[in-house]
Amino acid sequence: MIGLPALYALAGVVFGSWAVATMRDRQHPKRRRGAAFWGLLAAEFLAGDALGDMGNGLLLLALVALALLGAPGKGHALTTDAAERLASIARHGNRLFLPALIMPGVALAGTFLFPLQPGLVDPRQVTLVSLGLGVVLAIAFLLLWQRPPRAAPVQEGRRLAEGVGWAMILPQMLASLGALFTVAGVGEIVGALAPLAIPEGSRLAAVVAFTGGMAIFTMLMGNAFAAFPVMMGGIGLPVLVLGMGGDPVVVGAVGMLAGFCGTLLSPMAANFNIVPAALLNLPDRYAVIRAQVATAVPLWLFNTAMIWGFAFR
Amino acid sequence: MTTLDTAALPGLWPLAGIAIVVIGFALRANPLAVVVAAAFGSGLGAGLSVPEVVAALGKAFHQNRYVSVPWLALPVIGLMERAGLQEQAAALISRTKSATTSRILLIYLGFRQITAALGLTQIAGHAQTVRPLLAPMVEAAATRDNPSLSEDERNQVKAMAAATDNVGIFFGEDIFLAIASILLIKGFLESAGIIVQPLELSVWAIPTALAAFAVHGYRLWKMGR
Repeated sequence: MIGLPALYALAGVVFGSWAVATMRDRQHPKRRRGAAFWGLLAAEFLAGDALGDMGNGLLLLALVALALLGAPGKGHALTTDAAERLASIARHGNRLFLPALIMPGVALAGTFLFPLQPGLVDPRQVTLVSLGLGVVLAIAFLLLWQRPPRAAPVQEGRRLAEGVGWAMILPQMLASLGALFTVAGVGEIVGALAPLAIPEGSRLAAVVAFTGGMAIFTMLMGNAFAAFPVMMGGIGLPVLVLGMGGDPVVVGAVGMLAGFCGTLLSPMAANFNIVPAALLNLPDRYAVIRAQVATAVPLWLFNTAMIWGFAFR
Repeated sequence: MTTLDTAALPGLWPLAGIAIVVIGFALRANPLAVVVAAAFGSGLGAGLSVPEVVAALGKAFHQNRYVSVPWLALPVIGLMERAGLQEQAAALISRTKSATTSRILLIYLGFRQITAALGLTQIAGHAQTVRPLLAPMVEAAATRDNPSLSEDERNQVKAMAAATDNVGIFFGEDIFLAIASILLIKGFLESAGIIVQPLELSVWAIPTALAAFAVHGYRLWKMGR
C-alpha cells in the first residue's frame, strides 16, 4: 500500500539531490554548510526511523545550528535568463499554463479515484499521495515537453528552496514545538487559568474571554487546532455551554473561526505567513501578517458577536 | 470571582516556552532559534532533563515529517518558471485592461473560498499558485495601471496576494463537512457527551465565510481606488 513511507523516501531523494547540487556549485558562498543542511534533512527523511529519538533531536539541533550559520545560503542554481524566458513565452504562449493544471488535476482525481481501489493507497494519506503522484507526473511531462538539461528539476527545485532558505524547516519545527508544549502540559495550565479572567455573571465578558482566548492562544501556538481543546475545555464548555446554557454547536463552530483570525496574525503559523513572504522575496518577514490585520480584527469582532447573539437563544 | 484555591493551580514554569516565543518574535530573533529556546524553556520548566527535551523534540520532528512533504512541489514550480510561466502570467494581464489588481484578487478570493468549501484545499496554495501565477499577475496589473508604483508598494500588492489566499482557504474550508477542524470540534464535543452532526457545525461556518468575503473583498475593492 502506498502511504507516507514512499513519500518520505521521495522527499529524502529530492533533498539529497539538492545537497549534491550544492556541493558541486563551486560559486556557492556557503557551499559546505548548505550541502550539510540539505544532506541532514535528506538523512532525516531517508533514515530517521533508524536514528532514534535522541538521534533525531541532535539532527534537528544541527540543522538549526547550520541555519544560524547562514545555511542553506544562495548559490548559482542553473536556470534560464530573461531573454530565454521571453523567447519561450513567444513560442508557447498560454499553453504554458497547462502544466500548472497537472498537480491540482491529479489531486482532484486522486481524492475521488483512490478510494475506489482499496488497498492501493493508504486512505488516510490520499491527499499527500496524490500530491506526490502529481509532482512525478508533472516533472515527467515538463521534461518530455520542454526538453531542458537533465539536471533541471534538481537545479530549479534548489533555486526555489534556496529562496525560501531556513524557513523550509520552520513549519515542521513549529509542529514539533506544539508536541513539546503538550508534553509539558502547557494547554492544561492555560485551560485552568483562563476561566479566572472572567468576571462573574457577565455573558458578554465570558464570550469575549472565549473568543479572545481562542485568538491569542492560536497566535501563540500558531494553530487553532492546538488552542481549541484548551479554550473549549477551559471556558467554552464549562462556562458558556454548561454554565450559561449556550448552544455547543455555535460556540464550537464559531469559536474555531475566531481562532482562525489569530492564525492570520501569528508568525508561529509559518506555513501561511512566513513561508509565503520568503517565497515572494518580500524584504519584510511580517509583510503578509501586516496585510491581514485589517481583515482579521473585524472578522474576530464578527465571530464574537455571532456567539453572543446566536448561541443563547 | 470565586476564591482562588492556589493548591489546585498547576505550576506555571511550563509556560516559560510561551514567554520565550512572545519575546523572541517581538525581538525578531531567528524563529528556529526561538523554537529551540522555547522547547527547552517549557521542557525544563515541566521538569524534563536536557536529554529528555532533545529526545522529545527529535521524536516530534520525526513524527511531523509530513508537514514538509508539500516542498516536493518546488521542482515542478521551478521547471514551469524556467519555461516562463511568471512572464506569461504577467504578459497576459498587461494585455487585459479589464483585469485590475482588485478584480483579480476578488475573483481569486471567491474561487478559493468556494473550492475550499467543496474540500478542494490542495488545488491552490502559496507555492502552487500564488508565487508562479497570482503574484506576477497582480504585480503586472498594478504596474500597468500605476507605472510610478514604488518597490515598497509593489511588495504590498504581492503580500496582499498571499493574504488573499489565506483568507480564502481559512474562511471557506470549514463549510466542508470532512475537514479536520470540523472533525476536531465534533470529536471534542463527543468526548464531553454532546453528539453533534458535522453538517450542523459546517452550516455555522457560512455566516463568517460571507463576512470574510465582505470584509476582505471591501479592502481589495478599496485598494484599486
